Amino acid sequence: MSRITGFGLTPFGRLSGLSTLDLMSRAAADALADAGLERREIDGLVTGYSTTHPHLMLSTVFAEHFGLRPAYAHAVQLGGATGFALVMLAHLLVESGAAERILVVAGENRLSGQSRDAAVQTLAQIGHPTYEVPLGPTIPAYYGLVASRYAHAYGIDDHAELAVLMRANAARTPGAHLTEPITAAMVRDSKLIAAPLRLLDCCPVSDGGAAFVIERDDPARSGPRIRGAAQAHTHQHVSAAPSLTAFGAGESAGRAIAQAGIALSDLRYAAIYDSFTITLAILLEEIGLAPRGAAGRLAREGHFSASGALPLNTHGGLLSYGHCGVGGAMAHLAETVRQMRGEAGPRQVAPPALALLHGDGGVLSSHVSLVLENGR
Amino acid sequence: MSPDGMPPDWTMGGEGLTLARCRACGHVQYVRRPFCPSCGREDPDVDSASGRGTVYAVTVVSRAPSPDLQAHAPYGLALVDAEEGFRFMAHCPPEGIAIGDSVRTTFRAFGAGLVPFVVPESQP
Repeated sequence: MSRITGFGLTPFGRLSGLSTLDLMSRAAADALADAGLERREIDGLVTGYSTTHPHLMLSTVFAEHFGLRPAYAHAVQLGGATGFALVMLAHLLVESGAAERILVVAGENRLSGQSRDAAVQTLAQIGHPTYEVPLGPTIPAYYGLVASRYAHAYGIDDHAELAVLMRANAARTPGAHLTEPITAAMVRDSKLIAAPLRLLDCCPVSDGGAAFVIERDDPARSGPRIRGAAQAHTHQHVSAAPSLTAFGAGESAGRAIAQAGIALSDLRYAAIYDSFTITLAILLEEIGLAPRGAAGRLAREGHFSASGALPLNTHGGLLSYGHCGVGGAMAHLAETVRQMRGEAGPRQVAPPALALLHGDGGVLSSHVSLVLENGR
Repeated sequence: MSPDGMPPDWTMGGEGLTLARCRACGHVQYVRRPFCPSCGREDPDVDSASGRGTVYAVTVVSRAPSPDLQAHAPYGLALVDAEEGFRFMAHCPPEGIAIGDSVRTTFRAFGAGLVPFVVPESQP
């Protein structure tokens, strides 16, 4: 097994003047300090990608910039699923013996490093270049299609309560991008982006960075253990999805949970990818953390609140802490580590013994699930 | 037929929707490859699709991906299950189209080219 012995998380939002490498460096320095390690003690480096700093070799670009001489380096690209995929890769690498102390790091000035139009256009390119992109879709449009099918299947086209919960959580989290309180009515009245999705159903584009140190399990070191990790990949393009109501999330999470030797009912914390309210609803339901069609209702009833049965994204998630690309979902993991250590301040829940993390990339195309065990 | 003997295909500027059928296993694909992704047999048979199908999912793009396309907004976007057994993305009217509707395919200019535009089967 592996342990997460340190993390670094920058504020998310508009951080003008900071580049991809600046944000990665800040998060990495914080993670090393948190783990009590020096640069020379890091023998593995795993990074993602940055749309504002496209490069064939981002891992070694960062190693040189930050001052690392790793024995293993690797940059991974898996869309929104990248953050947890990096952690899974680091976990597998320490288990294999390829490295002992791995720095996992991501950062991007996605908001201030390019115009909003450029960001929207770059992201829309995850569509098929011949059969989809010429029709002028956007990321919200791909998810709008998914949301329409969900509404058709379950009779629900509104998950405003999930946006409200994420905003309330962010209001208690220093560094969150969006903290102004919102109500369900405000979500329902916000401007249409891609029906049925409205502005407040969508996460913002942010600048930010996040990093972790993942080490081979050693009783002398403290930190949450990675007890299960799994993936599932069913398609790339929304047109090629086998179904728009059943994705690979259940398969991926099911295998991670089986690997950990636990049951869903053992989980006391959930960190689930929430690029849109519909993403969060579908993932919660497919994983089995809510009955089909009931994610919004459970949120309304307080089930996913900090004081509820299954606290969810207590930092505010992508929807309100913000989304800087690869680092976006890594904030979910940083918050899980904080909650396990009992360092979450005013939003602290009973430190969870077991947590599930799940990320998706593309249009619910690529799935990565992690089971974390509190190892204080 | 176009001059090269291939059926008209909107992805190459023609007014038509095409599919490719595997000569070995019969698998139908829309996103064209020179082989069958199901069994691997090469050289699938390219044919015209009827353009008739059923709406599987639908949205309306209010916020287009670029300033030049914003002039067209709002525009409807649908995933359609073609009667031949493949799914395709098409434009549709921003109102009056719902999941389960029977549609037929026309074509319209959009951005730099021509895109499929589905309308209710009942509409002339």
